[in-house]
Amino acid sequence: MVGAGLILVVVTITFLLINLAPGDPARLWAGPAAGEAELAAARHALGLDQPLPTRYVSWLWNFVRGDWGMSLARQRPVAGLIADALPHTLMLTGLSLLATYLGGITLGLIQAARNRSALDTGITVGSLFVLGMPSYWLATMLVLVFAYGAARGGWPGWLQLPALGVASLDAEFLSPVGRVMDRARHLVLPLATLGLLGIAGTARFVRAAALEVGHLPYIRTARAKGLGGFVVARRHVLRNALIPVITLLGLSLPMLFSGTVFVEVIFAWPGMGREMVSAVGARDYPVALATTAIYGALVVLGNLAADLLYAVADPRLREDPS
Amino acid sequence: MSTWRALVRDRRAAIGLGVLTVLALAAIFAPLIAPADPLAQNDILRTRFLAPFSSGPDNVTRWLGTDRLGRDLLSRLLYGARISLLVGGLAMTVSLAVGGAIGFTAAAAGGAVDRTLMTITDAALMFPRLVLLLVLVALSRPSLGLVVLVLGFTGWMGIARLARAEAAAILARPYVDAARALGQTRFAVILRHVVPNALTPLIVASSLGVGNAITLEAGLSFLGLGVPAPAPSWGNLIASGRDALVNAPWIAMFPGFALVLAVVACNLVADGLRDALDPSSRYDSMITVTGARGSAVNRT
Repeated sequence: MVGAGLILVVVTITFLLINLAPGDPARLWAGPAAGEAELAAARHALGLDQPLPTRYVSWLWNFVRGDWGMSLARQRPVAGLIADALPHTLMLTGLSLLATYLGGITLGLIQAARNRSALDTGITVGSLFVLGMPSYWLATMLVLVFAYGAARGGWPGWLQLPALGVASLDAEFLSPVGRVMDRARHLVLPLATLGLLGIAGTARFVRAAALEVGHLPYIRTARAKGLGGFVVARRHVLRNALIPVITLLGLSLPMLFSGTVFVEVIFAWPGMGREMVSAVGARDYPVALATTAIYGALVVLGNLAADLLYAVADPRLREDPS
Repeated sequence: MSTWRALVRDRRAAIGLGVLTVLALAAIFAPLIAPADPLAQNDILRTRFLAPFSSGPDNVTRWLGTDRLGRDLLSRLLYGARISLLVGGLAMTVSLAVGGAIGFTAAAAGGAVDRTLMTITDAALMFPRLVLLLVLVALSRPSLGLVVLVLGFTGWMGIARLARAEAAAILARPYVDAARALGQTRFAVILRHVVPNALTPLIVASSLGVGNAITLEAGLSFLGLGVPAPAPSWGNLIASGRDALVNAPWIAMFPGFALVLAVVACNLVADGLRDALDPSSRYDSMITVTGARGSAVNRT
């Protein structure tokens, strides 16, 4: 219920911002040569001659029912456009979240176990610099090395990676296995960009959380019982260090979505982020509104998922322990 | 004052502050340091895409090379630093004002006002910032002032939380009771005692926000929505380098190095601060303090 309320707030703010921003969508719809009469007709057709509250209510009603209007720039239903784009974005964010948490937790626990060793310091300094990298720059550098550099330097074929799109132009002619491989190869660079950034942030966090837990008396007790380092790390340190890490999941979603926007633009990945940037550039209001609202909703849903994960990770937070 | 002292003593924070100082000086004195006019195009055909450390037909060394129009990249980078640091600094100031006001008000008022303000803060933390930025900046006329305002008004949440925590800690101190007992109003106590004492950690904490603001501003410029074309900014330098990645990879590389340097420096300062203010390290010093006191008591 709280989640639905938050989504409503996000969507309302977006609607107000877009409608209060200067610029006339009727002008875009009618074309630059349109006269006053045509502009008035366009305004009427778009419903812009109605007062703002009326427009808000009817837009919200239509939005909830899944009728998101027509794209002004492309003359096709917004819902169809988003239905095409959303799976690409969800695949990219889902896989990068997976990589982020698997890689970040592993690295963080290794660092905490080897606290103050050369390995720990190296990873700390490395992740500090990776974290300072903007996603669009890291992506550009990866393209430079693995798309241009690899081709020019004659690197082995599997290291020469494609820099654009989700599949090769001739993917239709490949065997089924070849087609999957082709898709996977196109996924490597976008995923590496988001994954590296995510792993760097998560590893720092897990390291700090694990070190905090590692000092507590019950860890000493577990070691004194004769349990091995690996069992203690997994059963006692990780389990307790996981709670702040789940909080991080909720907080890092907005960052991740920002990252996908740039990554999709750079790698010509046909997802929501690229759709939104081109809609914003073309003043395509219905598409901009719908994509923004969906991004907001996804972040809120991610935070709700984090709340549910708390209960999974920490039995003390379950409503009825008996 | 103690916050500053703890910061300078922390090695990472000292390095971060040093790097930021050097970058700020380079930006301020860009007209004096820059070897060339950042907009001068010269003989485009013979001076474009010159590699770093090479000199063109005019025998002037281009330390970082030239771009597609033969413009000196080092000069453009220095002038770009002005925009990046200015936007980062100003956006932080806006965030500080908004976050400070909200955090202090929440701590001072308590009760329902406190709960409402903190709920708003938590909700604002969930809003995808880049999405909001894109929509706002793209749908109105792009200007530096707008970018600063939007970045500032979307980056105050962490500051508000810290301000509330700091203010609550200060309000619990004996000298606040003393001030109240002397007849000062709640408002006067906040203004005279809480704000001055909580301001230093807040300012330093917002250095993390500066790094974010610099990255986001460059990101907007990268998408062509930030600083308009001929003026150099780190973001649009990287974007122009992306178009020439095959011919001249250095154009995209160097502004990125500058960005990473600035952001890492901001993060180092913020890290140093967190350790300096860390309750656990404070706890350690508290143990030593009470321990010493205990032994003194035992002696008497």
